[in-house]
Amino acid sequence: MMLLKRHRRFAARSCPENAEYRTIFKPRMVKKKEYGLKEADDEVWEKVQDLLRARICQNSLPENMDGTFQSQREHLTDLIRRCATIGESNSALVIGPSGAGKTMLMSSILSELAKDSKISGNILQVHLNGLLQTDDRLAVQEITRQLRLENTVKDRVFGSMAEKLSFLLEALKKDEGKSQSILFVLEEFDLFAHHKNQTLLYNLFDISQSEQTPVTVIGLTCRLDVVELLEKRVKSGFSHRQIHLFHSLSFEQACKVCEDALTLPLNYLSKKFCTEWNSHVKEFLQERIVETSLRHLYDLDKSIRSVYSILLIPICRLGPSHPRLDSADVLDALKMSSCDSKSAMLQGLTILQLCLIIAMKHLAELYEGSNINFEMVYNEYQKFVQKKSNSIQCFGKPVCLKAFEQLIVLELVRPVEGSGFTGAKLTPKEYRSLKLLVTPLQVVETLNSFSCPSELKM
Amino acid sequence: MDPENWKNEILCRDKQLSILLSLMGKNSQATPPAIFIYGHSSTGKTFLSRKIIEAKGAPQAFVNCIECQSQRLLYEDILGQLSGMLPCVQNDYARYARCETANDFVRLLKNLIANEKWEKETVYIKPLSQDQLKINVKQGVDNAERLRNMEGHILPVFLRLSELSDCNVCVILLTQIIWEKFNATSGYLDPVKINFPDYSKNELLQIMTLDAPKEYSKAFYSSYVNLLLSIFHMACRDLSELRHLALMNFPKYIEPIEKGDATEGDAHKLWRNIEPHLKKALQTVFLREVSSSQWEQYQLSDTSTLPPLLSARAHVELPFYSKFLLIAAYLASYNPAKSDRRFFAKSHGKIRQTKRMKKAETSSQLTGPKAFQLERLMAIFYSIVDVRVAPTAHIFSQISTLVTLQLLSQIGSGDQLDAPKYRCCVSLDFIRSVSRTVNFEVMKYLYEFAA
Repeated sequence: MMLLKRHRRFAARSCPENAEYRTIFKPRMVKKKEYGLKEADDEVWEKVQDLLRARICQNSLPENMDGTFQSQREHLTDLIRRCATIGESNSALVIGPSGAGKTMLMSSILSELAKDSKISGNILQVHLNGLLQTDDRLAVQEITRQLRLENTVKDRVFGSMAEKLSFLLEALKKDEGKSQSILFVLEEFDLFAHHKNQTLLYNLFDISQSEQTPVTVIGLTCRLDVVELLEKRVKSGFSHRQIHLFHSLSFEQACKVCEDALTLPLNYLSKKFCTEWNSHVKEFLQERIVETSLRHLYDLDKSIRSVYSILLIPICRLGPSHPRLDSADVLDALKMSSCDSKSAMLQGLTILQLCLIIAMKHLAELYEGSNINFEMVYNEYQKFVQKKSNSIQCFGKPVCLKAFEQLIVLELVRPVEGSGFTGAKLTPKEYRSLKLLVTPLQVVETLNSFSCPSELKM
Repeated sequence: MDPENWKNEILCRDKQLSILLSLMGKNSQATPPAIFIYGHSSTGKTFLSRKIIEAKGAPQAFVNCIECQSQRLLYEDILGQLSGMLPCVQNDYARYARCETANDFVRLLKNLIANEKWEKETVYIKPLSQDQLKINVKQGVDNAERLRNMEGHILPVFLRLSELSDCNVCVILLTQIIWEKFNATSGYLDPVKINFPDYSKNELLQIMTLDAPKEYSKAFYSSYVNLLLSIFHMACRDLSELRHLALMNFPKYIEPIEKGDATEGDAHKLWRNIEPHLKKALQTVFLREVSSSQWEQYQLSDTSTLPPLLSARAHVELPFYSKFLLIAAYLASYNPAKSDRRFFAKSHGKIRQTKRMKKAETSSQLTGPKAFQLERLMAIFYSIVDVRVAPTAHIFSQISTLVTLQLLSQIGSGDQLDAPKYRCCVSLDFIRSVSRTVNFEVMKYLYEFAA
């Protein structure tokens, strides 16, 4: 009897282990629901935010870095490669303004070299940071910890740092007597130069000059004059190899970087969503408001960090009710970052404090150069209030003193240095000489902008 | 966490609330590494940020920098709060770990986050006062301006904590001082700055009306607060102070109603009753010259005398010659040296025409006390004391006592033994009351007040 198809299916269905089952009942391809920008729900937007926030807030490496800092990258890669393979010791300093991309360049080089097993197997890395290791002693402890030599060093007392370091390097020697290459990356290098006697730097450079171990010392710093900070003996050990990184992106390249940061990879979510999103990003960055804001920030500070800063708020506001990046958000972010904080604080002062500041400003103009103290300010305040009399009442001296002390806490008024805080020259607090830290223009602006009795506006 | 419900609890801060909520996002998302919140005191910075972070449920730590005068206290407090291991009786006051440097702190933080498997959440750190892995550790630092006064590397470490520890840490700094004063040299990462503006008068009214006691209607309390603000608003905008004053003076305000003299609608009568009382409050409770409990007793009793002021108690009972020494010191500080002959010599020559010169100088009451030498002090002292006084050690030791009491202050180092210099530190009112007790007319001898 010819087995009809339906008989076969019946047989196959009853025993799922059967190979036929698999061929007949192929798992139905679950059709991925395609959704565009408008239909996306909460979960989708959360995933979008996850990715975009991670790119902007955390310093993750951009996917393609071809073209940026090409020559510097080749130089550094070459140095490290030679240390790992041939065993040549080197030192170099990477100098560039804050936010130029020094750490980014280093991590990108290191991640690339990690893929090459010949190099990554041969070289040990030690990362030190000047902000955390504020002392040479802490630095050596950290080196010990990163080289995982705590157990070998335990309970041994060393005479000097040179001994300590050479002991550590000896311990790393492989069995054949060949030593391991080590790469030292020192971030905030200029802070290491402020340690006492610069012993760590001296020893590191000394080791890189001597034949003991192949060592590469790379320092990252934002001070252009860092070599001046080094002592003579340290400077002589340094190879004077300086690699400069400057903000080399033009405005168009900066915009391109922004666009890359906002673009979603096509396979991240539904294809339709991603293509719609990417085209929206392109349009968004070409809007006039957004372009002027980006140019405004770029003119002040060429680093990528400042340009990213206005993208943060529009990204954080994405959601099903807000499915597009909005240029109004960009304006908001720009306003927040460029708002004059001192004027904002001035607007929160009481009327009494404002009168005292006006009195002080007046006195500063009259008595340029000589000392002003609270008594003089109070005197001036009384004269001022008596002139204007009607709506502003004149408060007593203790109340004025309390208001004045609040101004000192807010650091709008500051006692002049050496004006009597120390025990020997104890002056009563009404007589301590003061300085007003608010410009006359800010005072006038505050008076104009908020509601205060019109008598105050002179 | 329900932001919509908060609208009833958190008034007048909608914009800041929405910005903060959107920046923080979900617990598993990356946050900006540092947020800087600044504004006047009592504008709701701590209140709002605490509420949001607690509602988020992410691992968090709040630290108030006033309490931490060394970095070790700061770090151990943060680690203790994050790990849940705070010193208490049960665990014999043990700390989570000993942590004295920033280096250890970052390392221990990384270990803690890895151990607790907070891989996917944000950790918030808020150092309060003066100055937060894939986990968002949120750290709140209140009064963050005090971080500036600690070792120089602490503030940049906190701002970059996310980068240094490779974890998702958000540090929120709360302070009254603007960002420009946190001197940014190398190594600083600019945080996201959020301003909390002060409350306007209407907003203050709205918030303070929430305090209304249950027996009285909100409208009644609101009109009372309005009256209060009309007197105090010019001098004080601080929400906590105003609430305190409102609650303290409310019993006096409703006194006529309780006695039966007036009803809620008689606004004029109630105002007349309370107005002088509030004016007195401006001089006393507001300045903390009188404590709150004394003020309450004063309201309940019917006496019209105020409780004694704190500053009035500063009168020190001095021995007879010490009083004259003090007066002499005051005269020496505030009179120019060339006028001594006029006041203190038994006979002097003609007074030159000094009226013009007198007006040109600034009054020494404004510029402050000047330094004088011991000889000058003794000369003036002998001339104003009527009886003959022998220059014994007895008299000189009283000068040292005056210095210890900080009524005089010694200038210069103590090595000039034969010609020490002093300066008088008391105010005119004090000297007048002292001289009244010895029947001495100090005003006749002062350069500005004498004819």
